[in-house]
Amino acid sequence: MKDEPQAMTANASGAGTTPAIRRPGLVTTPLSQPFWDLANDGKFAIQNCVDCGHRQHYPRNICINCWSEKLTWMAAGGTGTVWTFTVVEKPGHPAWAPETPYVIALVELDEGPRAMTRIVDCSPAEVAVGMAVTLQPTWDEQLEQTLLNFAPAASE
Amino acid sequence: MKGATIVGAHELPPQRTTPGVTSLEMIARAGRAAVLDAGLTPKDIDGLMIGPQVGETPQHAPAALSEYLGLQPRFADIVDLGGASGPGMVWRAAAAIAAGMADTVLCVLGNARDTERVPRSPNRNPIREFDVPYGASGANQAYAMVAQAHMAEFGTTAEQLAQVPVKQRQNAMLNPNAVFHGKEITVDDVLSSPVVMSPLHLLEVVMPCGGGAAVVVTSADRATDLRHDPVHLLGAGEMVTHRALSQAPRLTTSPLAPAIDQAYRMANVRAGDLDFLSIYDCYSIVVAETVEDAGFCPKGEAGAWLDEADFSITSQLPINPHGGQLSTGQSDLAGGMGHLVEAVLQLRGDADGRQIDDPELALVTGNGATLSEEVALVLGSSRA
Ligand SMILES: [Zn+2]
Repeated sequence: MKDEPQAMTANASGAGTTPAIRRPGLVTTPLSQPFWDLANDGKFAIQNCVDCGHRQHYPRNICINCWSEKLTWMAAGGTGTVWTFTVVEKPGHPAWAPETPYVIALVELDEGPRAMTRIVDCSPAEVAVGMAVTLQPTWDEQLEQTLLNFAPAASE
Repeated sequence: MKGATIVGAHELPPQRTTPGVTSLEMIARAGRAAVLDAGLTPKDIDGLMIGPQVGETPQHAPAALSEYLGLQPRFADIVDLGGASGPGMVWRAAAAIAAGMADTVLCVLGNARDTERVPRSPNRNPIREFDVPYGASGANQAYAMVAQAHMAEFGTTAEQLAQVPVKQRQNAMLNPNAVFHGKEITVDDVLSSPVVMSPLHLLEVVMPCGGGAAVVVTSADRATDLRHDPVHLLGAGEMVTHRALSQAPRLTTSPLAPAIDQAYRMANVRAGDLDFLSIYDCYSIVVAETVEDAGFCPKGEAGAWLDEADFSITSQLPINPHGGQLSTGQSDLAGGMGHLVEAVLQLRGDADGRQIDDPELALVTGNGATLSEEVALVLGSSRA
């Protein structure tokens, strides 16, 4: 697939003579709003299926294992491992350029679901597949939202 | 077409407005109800047809819907026939079942009508919501992560992956239409080109271009008195597993593995029977995983295999004789069609200065999104 510029056209206002290009804004839905609200409390909320016990992220209106509609929110423990990652040198949106190089990763939570996130509080060279990480909620001023970043787990 | 049946149906009560509900949720409700009405479970569904998802998921809508529903269909499609889309789905589903491409197809249409929530972005799908806030968008990051996983699991090296653009570029020296015709490269050139997203270098990433490609399909009977010897479709396989890489069932085996397996079985061929490969190559890692998934080397051994492989037209197994998209450039979706056109020309004996000696069997692959939506075809110069 081509490198689709899906974020390039999204809320990229402020381009031109203004020095700071705004990051693409947050897009939420009523169903997912509790996830973002709980993120602001520093919690990584995942959905738990009452009928089959399957746990999932991102939130949906059905369990992807059994299609039950009985889903409850639960806070993940905040520990997981790096499933894979990349160090971004040339980002997919110009607003992210000042932050390069930065590490984005798919983290597998100990509860099972996987999520896109950033690995922070370490140099990109330290990040490895399989590395243990812990939740590092980080307030994002532009998005006015706490993002659920991860950092290397304490080594003791 | 005869023999197809409709075994489940459900219509949600229409509402003037559906505040706070997304179209993904609406489609999930309707599809779930129809499958329950049939007395089936999600595990029974191996085909999915939907309508266009304007404003929410402009591209890759079947993959996005499959992912949302937790389905991994081996046949997925959009039917964009306006008010005729529903019935239009039914004969297509029947044709897919008759062709052996699916057993049970969910045909679903749905939309939210929320007069309050005006779309704030052309993309309002899960990737836009859950990936983009972290500075993650586009294809480069996804394929970089796939390459990273392959290296971590199997010890595949950057030098080994660099063999793909280098050997394909050698082939492109015989293709004057390639955007990089006449520009040979070395492994050192690849490794010294800028890192776009680790571990991917610029010369392992396809070059966007403008262009187009097309083929014409007709029956074998109709083909007998036309200009060219026909190229026969002997087998096909399709598999859709996810849209966002976070939702991929695995990283180092692609959905091409089951798609290729089905195409081989339908054509009654094995990997060793093929005379050449015309395989999708938006990134070096895709070729590496494809040669594993197509059975040319054990899983995880593509690195060493690529070191030894001869891609050229005089080899035992030429790969992408036109140079692949890494050499020709990628004219958006037509880039994938280019692999098909190349296979047709080779099988007809019309590949001019890069003709393989009398090939009879080819594997063609296509790949969409983040190793998400995959098609494999076995084509032959004869009908057998
Ligand atoms: Zn369930």
